[in-house]
This record gives sequence, C-alpha cells and structure tokens, in this order.
Amino acid sequence: MKQNNNEIILEVKNLKKHFNVGNGVVKAVDGVNFSIKRGETLGLVGESGCGKSTTGRTIIRLYEPTEGEVIFKGRDVTKLKGRELKKFNREMQMIFQDPYASLNPRMTVADIIGEGIDIHNLLSGKERLERIYSLLDTVGLNREHANRFPHEFSGGQRQRIGIARALALDPDFIIADEPISALDVSIQAQVVNLLQDLQKEKGLTYLFIAHDLSMVKHISDRIGVMYLGHLVELTESIELYENPLHPYTEALLSAIPIPDPEIERTRQRIILEGDVPSPMNPPSGCPFRTRCPKAMDICAEKRPEFKEAQPGHFVACHLY
Amino acid sequence: MTDKILEVKDLEVSFLTYAGEVKAIRGVTFDVKKGEAVAIVGESGSGKSVTSQSIMQLIPSPPGVYKNGEIIFDGQDLLNLNNSEMEKVRGSSIGMIFQDPMTSLNPTMTVGKQIAEGLIKHQGLNKSEAMERAVEMLRLVGIPNPEARVKQYPHEFSGGMRQRAMIAIALSCNPKLLIADEPTTALDVTIQAQIIDLMKDLQNKFGTSIIIITHDLGVVADLAQRVVVMYAGKIIEQGSLDDIFYNPQHPYTWGLLRSVPRLDSKGQRLESIEGTPPDLLDPPKGCPFYPRCDYAMEVCVNHFPEETKITDDHKVHCWLQHPDAPKVDVPIKIGGANNEAK
Repeated sequence: MKQNNNEIILEVKNLKKHFNVGNGVVKAVDGVNFSIKRGETLGLVGESGCGKSTTGRTIIRLYEPTEGEVIFKGRDVTKLKGRELKKFNREMQMIFQDPYASLNPRMTVADIIGEGIDIHNLLSGKERLERIYSLLDTVGLNREHANRFPHEFSGGQRQRIGIARALALDPDFIIADEPISALDVSIQAQVVNLLQDLQKEKGLTYLFIAHDLSMVKHISDRIGVMYLGHLVELTESIELYENPLHPYTEALLSAIPIPDPEIERTRQRIILEGDVPSPMNPPSGCPFRTRCPKAMDICAEKRPEFKEAQPGHFVACHLY
Repeated sequence: MTDKILEVKDLEVSFLTYAGEVKAIRGVTFDVKKGEAVAIVGESGSGKSVTSQSIMQLIPSPPGVYKNGEIIFDGQDLLNLNNSEMEKVRGSSIGMIFQDPMTSLNPTMTVGKQIAEGLIKHQGLNKSEAMERAVEMLRLVGIPNPEARVKQYPHEFSGGMRQRAMIAIALSCNPKLLIADEPTTALDVTIQAQIIDLMKDLQNKFGTSIIIITHDLGVVADLAQRVVVMYAGKIIEQGSLDDIFYNPQHPYTWGLLRSVPRLDSKGQRLESIEGTPPDLLDPPKGCPFYPRCDYAMEVCVNHFPEETKITDDHKVHCWLQHPDAPKVDVPIKIGGANNEAK
C-alpha cells in the first residue's frame, strides 16, 4: 500500500557529468533535476547514450559529478568523505544490468553476497552465514547455492544473486540499472515481481533505469524521460502514457510494438528520422529539435526550460 | 505445393560436446509460404537460432551434426548440397541478418565493399557496377547520403545504420527468403521501429519471404503473419498471428503472453512462468514443458503429445487437447486486454 508520507529521500539538483575524451567533452548528463519520495519508484527511460545510466552512477558516486548536488536524506552526497561516505554506501546500493559481468567468477555466491558485510565489518562467522542464507531465501534461491560459483547459475538466478548482494546491507535506496534487459521475457516477470515484493516488505525506494517502456510503466510510480543528457519530461507513469506532452515522449511511446495484432494493424506510428546526435556536439537550443516533427524556429535559439506545464507534469518544450 | 518457399521436415540437430550430446533441435517441422513473414518465438536455448542457422547451414561441424530431416528450399533439399552449391544459395537466394550489427560486419572493409562482395560473386557484376548497386542498396534501406557512406567503414556508422547496412547486404542479390535472427534486439525502440518498418516495406515491394526470430511479442504482432512457438528444441504450437494471440492452446504460449506487462496490469503482479527451461543434454522424455506447467498430468511425464490440428494452419502439441483431458479455462483474456484500456 502506498505510504502517505511525502518525505523526499533524494533530490538531484542541476546534476552534470562531463567526460573528457581527449578531443572534446562528452556532456553525458547536462543539468538534470528531479526528486524521489521515500517508498517511491522513479523510472528513468531513454535511448542508449541519453545519459540515464550515467545519472544513476553519478548519484551513487561511481562517478564524481562535474557540477550539481545530490541531496540524500538531507546530506549532499557529492561532498561526503571518510566515515560519512562509508555510511552512505550502506544506505544506497545498485543492481547492474549484466548478470554475467557483474559477478566475480572467482568468488562463491556466499562471498559475493557477504562482501559488503565484510567490508563494513557488520557480522562474522555464524551470524554472517545465517544472514547470507536468509538473503538467499529472500530472493528465492536456497542455501545449497551459497558455496557455488556464478557460472553454475542461469541469467535469472544470477540477477537474484545481484539483488541479494544489494540487499545485504539493508539499504533504503536501490538503483536498478536495466536489471532485466539481459533476461528472457518469462524470467523478466519473475525478477520484476521479486523487486516489487521486496519494495512492499522493506519499504525500499527505487530508481529504475531501463529502455523497455512497458516494463518501466508497470513498476514505476513516476517516470522521467531523458534525451541527450537532459530530462525532457517527468510525471506520473499513467499520465505519461495517456497524456505525453513532449514530442520525443510521443515518438518513443508510439515506437513500442504492442503484443496485440489487432492494435498493431490499425496503429499509426511516429517514426523518428535519423539517430541521436553526438553528445560531443549537441544541437543548439533544444537537443531534440533535429529529429522533432514539431520543431519551430525558437527551438534552435533557446533551450526550453524544464517547467511544470500541468500540475505534477514537468516538461521541457517550447510548445508549452 | 508451389506456394511454399521453404519446408523444414523433422529436422534434428545435435551438438556433440565433452559433456555429451546436446539435442538442440528435436524434430522441427514447419514451412514458409511465398511472401509471408513467419516469426519463431521462444526463450534462449529453445533452438530458434539453431533452426535458422541450420537452414543456412551455418552450424559449425564438429561439434554440430544434422541427425535427421530435410530442408527443402525452392524444390531442392539444402542438406544434400555440397559446399560450393550451398555457397550459391547463401547470400543470393537466402539472405540473413544477424543479431549484433556491431560484430557481424567486417571492420576492415568499407561498407560498400561488403555489399558489393555478394554482387560480384553471385551476379557477375564488375567492380564499378557493383559499387553503383551498393549505393542504390544503401539508399533503399534509408541511409542518407549513400554516395559518401558507401566508402566508410562500419565504425563510422551508428548501431541502427549498421543494421541497415546488414539488411542492404542481405538484400543485395534479391533473395527469395530473408532470415532475420533477432534483428532489433540490440537496438533502441525508435530505431527498432525504423527497421521493422523497412522490413515490412521490402516484404510488400519485393514479395520477400521473411523468417524473423525474436522474443519480443510486440515485434511479432507488428511484423509476422504466422507464428511458430518453440520450447526446448521442439515446436509446441504454430498458427496464424491471430490464432496464437487470440486463441492460444498451449500452456507455454499462455505463459509467454501473460508475462508481458499490459496497459491495465499496473500495480498487479506479473504472471511469470516459474522455473527454467530443461537441460538439453538430457531432455525430458515426455513434454519438455511439464516441470513448469500448471496443468501437467501424469501422461505428460513420459509421452510427448502428438500434433493436434485446431485448424489446418493451427497446430499444437499438448495433452490437454486429448478428448479425455480435463477442460481448462484459458487464463488469459482473449481479444487483447489492451483494447479495454484505451
């Protein structure tokens, strides 16, 4: 059941992450603002290269931000050091996209899950093992799995191990970076159900990064749409699907094939021309104007502000 | 019989490994009509890619062996052809698009050369004619400024453009059949929409038959006219697009359709198929799906069900079709739950 408290657990202010690549600067994330309430799931969608993963990684400080603030429970994460940082690391965890690359093949499952516990010196010996067993239980694996190695597991099971690892330190906030895109459809449903059950049980807050829009809609309370390092639209997930404001969101939604032949036969699709421009040399003004079917003169001159066009519905577009 | 471009009959393919014989394909029979798009769906390891690679005879041997069956393309059994005869079929009569456009193009050759290669070999064009055709092909698949692009290398192309270049190569010799193995899995949805649109266009314009392998049911609904559902190396159900989506008969097909989130499923649990597919080193004797099937009966354990024809086109392998089997309510909304949400 939805909690009624409106405590904001995470606030991202004007976050920028630029990468120096020798012959230029890639503006992967270029001024992103949003906040997440406790117990909420915020979905972040967009095409590859739009900066959604970089946003997630910068929030958890896998990358140092170029500019901006990340306020987590009242503290600015970007300035944390030493003991404070270690405490933060326990409160925020991450689930990675590739269940094959994100588990160390030389470590047993117990050691993978227990690594965080060891680093933070939380438990040892029998208690540590008990904790690992209970985590395995929680994610739907069994204790015999503890002494095995990652190669003995299927993709879905590996992703469960990744989730158990993320849960080991009892975090409040989990960043899930495309946790299901490497899995088969039937297995995707298993993992999504698990994530939702855990959220209910433990009151977790999720930042759910994905490019599969139908799954994002299913799991998220609100969804942010990113394009070329900018957040272009942010609103409740149902509102986003029923009333998309930004032309990019419209195109993105119309591009999803619906598994229903009757709908597909009659559907008109907005097909975007061309590819996403290079983030090294983004277009002036609105980043989407080069592919936008509704582009106007002003779009080339001025970057549209990210503002509340309708209550609770933010969009960055000159049409509004 | 002339309306069929491809007939696969009782195909069995195994891989001999140190651990034993992996029976990847265990008796697969289906056909493709002229101008038709057939989708093969199933989970990883269900044998859909091996099926398509067997048609092209791209299975490395060893370890792969064709144990049984016929692949009749345009009146001749491809399995009886020798290497040089097969080479004439590959690329000229049958084109193939692979899943990963990043690794399936040659990084040391210009895109134009890669398109021209087949034209020179199969159609006897000279170099300059072939390059001209290559430019035309790139224009056909919607790559802007093809005259310049034809001289570029794959790394200068984006993912979507590489996939278009792959399609240009596959189509350069006007194949009668195009096999697309997960052509859009590595691409973003907006680019996916472009590629599917392109494939539909080509099908209409040139009457090319298409086999598309995918696990995205949305892509299936968009592109295919017929659907083949595979599980653990066997076809468990096949039929027209509407048969499979609106009148599915196999519990696995139900499971597949239910595990996709629908517009009205918000806040509910997704129906997942519990468990994982069986190990093909030692496939179950009976129906391979019974360990995960909610409706499994005793007979399923040891006996693979015979084919039941629902209609001429719609065939299913399931004991639930047996007259003595209990009647089961189909657990999904027929007619597409999506209709109600709009």
